[in-house]
Amino acid sequence: MMPLLTTKGLSRNFGGLRAVDGVDFALMPGEIRAVIGPNGAGKTTFVSLISGRIQPSSGMIVFDGADITNLPAYARVRLGIAYTFQITSVFANLTAYDNVALPVQRTLTDGRSKGAVHAGVMAALERTGLADRAHMPAGQLSYGHQRLLEVAMGLALKPRLLILDEPTQGLADSEIDNFIGLVREIAKSATVLLIEHNMPVVMQLADRITVFNAGKILAEGTPEQVRANAQVQDAYLGTTP
Amino acid sequence: MKEASPSKAYALHLGVIVLLFALSFVLPEYHHGLLARIMVLAVFAMGYNLLFGYVGLLSLGHAMFFSAGLYGAGLAVIHLGWSVPAAFAAGLACGALLALVIGLLALRTSGVAFMIVTMMFAQVFYLVILYLAAWTGGDQGLVVPQSARVLVLGDTSLGLTNPTVRYMSALVLFSIVLLVTLGIVRSRYGRVLVAIRENEERTKMLGYDIFSNKLAAVVVSGTICAASGAAYALLFGYVGSTFASVQYSILPLLWVLLGGAATTLGPLIGTLFMYYVVDVTSGYTSAYLLIVGIALILLVLFFPRGILGTIRQRWLGWLP
Ligand SMILES: Nc1ncnc2c1ncn2[C@@H]1O[C@H](COP(=O)(O)OP(=O)(O)OP(=O)(O)O)[C@@H](O)[C@H]1O
Ligand SMILES: [Mg+2]
Repeated sequence: MMPLLTTKGLSRNFGGLRAVDGVDFALMPGEIRAVIGPNGAGKTTFVSLISGRIQPSSGMIVFDGADITNLPAYARVRLGIAYTFQITSVFANLTAYDNVALPVQRTLTDGRSKGAVHAGVMAALERTGLADRAHMPAGQLSYGHQRLLEVAMGLALKPRLLILDEPTQGLADSEIDNFIGLVREIAKSATVLLIEHNMPVVMQLADRITVFNAGKILAEGTPEQVRANAQVQDAYLGTTP
Repeated sequence: MKEASPSKAYALHLGVIVLLFALSFVLPEYHHGLLARIMVLAVFAMGYNLLFGYVGLLSLGHAMFFSAGLYGAGLAVIHLGWSVPAAFAAGLACGALLALVIGLLALRTSGVAFMIVTMMFAQVFYLVILYLAAWTGGDQGLVVPQSARVLVLGDTSLGLTNPTVRYMSALVLFSIVLLVTLGIVRSRYGRVLVAIRENEERTKMLGYDIFSNKLAAVVVSGTICAASGAAYALLFGYVGSTFASVQYSILPLLWVLLGGAATTLGPLIGTLFMYYVVDVTSGYTSAYLLIVGIALILLVLFFPRGILGTIRQRWLGWLP
């Protein structure tokens, strides 16, 4: 099977710092891939390169067989790469409804009916459990709900690849359980690239795990393989898994 | 931007149009003439508001779009002897084309740089008008002859110098632009424009091409301002370089701030308010500009969202 996404020698420098350093990476369609690693390992920078938010210093990105390295970010979104921000970035002054209507209306190619937007918005809000807050300004939602709104916006793009950057940060335990169910459901129709610090979430969701350290891939494998990897334990998990 | 109550919003806007229509029959001559002028200039303010209020792009050069319409229409009548509708269309085309070119260049910048770049382009436009004095009349300007300001519709010909015809023409233009603006801001495109104002980075990551959406907004805004300028030339019969000066780039900003940025009716209210404050105070004192200045400062201090913006915030959340 052909990978959905590959990177070759992908690098990004910030001044003298090699935040992402020659990363070769491949992602199969349909999988849930977790990316873990210590703070500052380059995870956010890596997915930002994929989404086109920042430009690589060198290297190449291939999505669905096409070289997208030089494509602007909005065009990558149109190809099906959706990105949810690590630092919550919703439209604070717009209602939750309008926040989701923006991605929904963009993906509607057929018909101009108001009904289609409305149905799409409510579906995305219901999947994330925000339907009863549709008409609240996003800035007045609790932090956890804003994180979910981010996910709803990503969902509404009907992505082929959904990148989630620490989506459970700030969620309560009960919300995390719902969230795990939500990601499983999303994964039925999309490939998921999940940056996550919460190890129980990673272990439950991930088909495979990629471990980043100092801008490089330190290890990659199934959750069991990664858990057993001594280097990973040194770098990240601590000595007692 | 809420989904609710579209009919309420449309009813309010139609009500305003009906009210302006009715006023034509009751206003004394002086105010009748003034209101016609205010409606034409409110169109200028509405065009400005689309870009400043909804997209959040602060231009200090919109006088060039107004005067592109003004000169485009005026010179077409004076030098080419075009009919009123053709001259109006020429004004619109000049404004649209200019806005496209300026947009392509100025949108490479943002924030303060955008303000400065638009101001510089407007200054160049102003100097070109002065330089081409042989055609434009330089700083004297030109009078559009009364004989040419006649709108021929089938068998009837309407002299645009007639106060009622002038008032009604201004009202028709105002109403069309008001309803078009309302339609735009309630549309999907309007939602994208507000999204760009609120969070450009996020809007981009939802798959929107920021540059082309902004460019379209500049062109629509410039064309509306040109419509105002073209109407001004044809209805009031004067084409002058003052309208291209920096003062006329700042006025629409003041009108919009006063009435309420990003409200559809704010531009009318701001223009109306400013004209009448000037009118009333200049009757009492020659230092009326001082009073106007103080009134503006007080408004900005206590009603930073403008008149309608404050009303919307406190009482009428559904106002578009
Ligand atoms: N825009 C930037 N300018 C300069 N340095 C940056 C920039 N963005 C990231 N960095 C640096 O690059 C390195 C990698 O940062 P990145 O945000 O990708 O890490 P991360 O793995 O996502 O960390 P975290 O788990 O804390 O989110 C860090 O040292 C960071 O300080
Ligand atoms: Mg990060």
